[in-house]
Amino acid sequence: MLSNIALYGAIETGLIYGLVAFGIYLSFRVLDFPDLTVDGSFPLGAAVAAVLIIEGWNPWLATGCAVIAGMAAGAVTALLNVKLKILNLLASILTMIALYSVNLRIMGRPNVALLTEETVLTPWYDLDLAYHQVPVLLFVIVVFIALILLWRFMKSETGLAMRATGANARMARAQGIATGAMIVLGVAVSNGLVGLAGALFAQSQGAADVTMGVGVIVIGLASLIGGEAVVTPSSVLRALIACVVGAIIYRLAIAFALNADFLGLQAQDLNLITAVLVTLAIVLPGVRSSIAGKLSRSKA
Amino acid sequence: MISATDLRLTFGKGTPLENPALKGMSLTVNQGEFVTVIGSNGAGKSTFLNALAGEVLVDSGQIIVDNLDVTKLPTHKRAGRVARVFQDPLAGTCEGLTIEENLALAIKRGQRRGLTSAVKRQYMEKFKDSLSSLNLGLEKRLGDKMGLLSGGQRQAVSLLMASLTPSSILLLDEHTAALDPKTAAFVLELTTKIIEEQKLTALMVTHSMKQALEVGSRTVMLHQGQVVFDIEGKDREGLEVKDLLGLFEKQRGLEVDDDSLLLG
Repeated sequence: MLSNIALYGAIETGLIYGLVAFGIYLSFRVLDFPDLTVDGSFPLGAAVAAVLIIEGWNPWLATGCAVIAGMAAGAVTALLNVKLKILNLLASILTMIALYSVNLRIMGRPNVALLTEETVLTPWYDLDLAYHQVPVLLFVIVVFIALILLWRFMKSETGLAMRATGANARMARAQGIATGAMIVLGVAVSNGLVGLAGALFAQSQGAADVTMGVGVIVIGLASLIGGEAVVTPSSVLRALIACVVGAIIYRLAIAFALNADFLGLQAQDLNLITAVLVTLAIVLPGVRSSIAGKLSRSKA
Repeated sequence: MISATDLRLTFGKGTPLENPALKGMSLTVNQGEFVTVIGSNGAGKSTFLNALAGEVLVDSGQIIVDNLDVTKLPTHKRAGRVARVFQDPLAGTCEGLTIEENLALAIKRGQRRGLTSAVKRQYMEKFKDSLSSLNLGLEKRLGDKMGLLSGGQRQAVSLLMASLTPSSILLLDEHTAALDPKTAAFVLELTTKIIEEQKLTALMVTHSMKQALEVGSRTVMLHQGQVVFDIEGKDREGLEVKDLLGLFEKQRGLEVDDDSLLLG
């Protein structure tokens, strides 16, 4: 039903969105900060990486700059909230809108092609692997490293302070934690991860486009919520694994839906399918527990 | 030693809801004193505590904690000197974190936090020792989520967390008010034990006059944002609730009309 290439393609994109889901886990779950900046920081990362690669930079260095650009965007959102007291959701929308212009300025045009350039993937094609397997291998490594680093960070003194900030800010302050600084750091790291995802996405797809960020937040949330439904996030490690699992399941579900001819779905239906999947992911755990509740009541 | 001098604070200044909460409050607490604070609703007890902790900044006046002027410092910059237990048992701990993670947060109160592992092996003995002093069996549940504990257990842990590292003053904000009577008695007993053992300087706000006289070495009553009386030593010994009421009426020429204050 699903060709090999489509399967690997889904996993490849799923791994990239796993990074986005890490970022969204950090803002939405850890800090309780609904951050829509990601719709802007994803194409920002792509734009920065693409432009620098075309300028002849080392692709890894260009990707590193994309991460820093993403972090700066996140820091702007957080500072709007912490220093200027703008509602967090609104602050992130302001940054997102601003980034649309910034991204056009960086690229100088709506899109930049990378098809003939040397990217982070180029050296890996020398390996004895099928063409569509190469990005999956590289991205598995990148996601694994990101996961381990994030996990260790969450377990560190600063990471624990960040978790306390999101869970109980008053208590965190009473413990001497500068909650404002934690929010800035957390939202910056979150968008740094999304910038990384954008940079890798541009390099694997062969282009950066100013519109490529539309709906990233929804896809990331879908991955996060879906993953949490499958892998119970009872610890930080499990929550991070849930992000990756959710992102890959989401992309596979999309690939199956688009490939199942009897459904009659086409590529332009993607956003509709996403919205339906997110709704299901949010509603289903509640339905499941209410059914479980009814069953246990009837037994008693 | 902490000293608050002529603290003034008005909420909603310049609005129809203008509410002066502190009107020239002054109080000095010496090293090792355990002061109980009483007062009816709106007397400024909680505002005073919040002002000491840094949660609200006063309009005028000065707060000095161990020779440092903290008047303008935000909460987190005072936390090294000021420890606190909240009224709401859920407010002092993080339910999503484990018991050991909560304690690890508290052991670094007011200190720099780095990138080393938060829950360190060398803390474990101290955590277990202090938890076992509660006799709740929590020393065997270090890895359990805080949310699994009852309100009383969580308040007991909050108290431990506040006393895990040294502080210039421990602020207790009606910390037994939200508990059932039996648990409240347990937490209060634990409070006096910790304060005595560690020779802490403490300020305890309470709604109950009886409690205010039973524990501590000094009692202060607030009314309308000011201290109306302050008794300690011989004057305080053998004093009963009705004596306190008499004192209050004599001082202010007022009738106490707050039932909860009389009945508590």
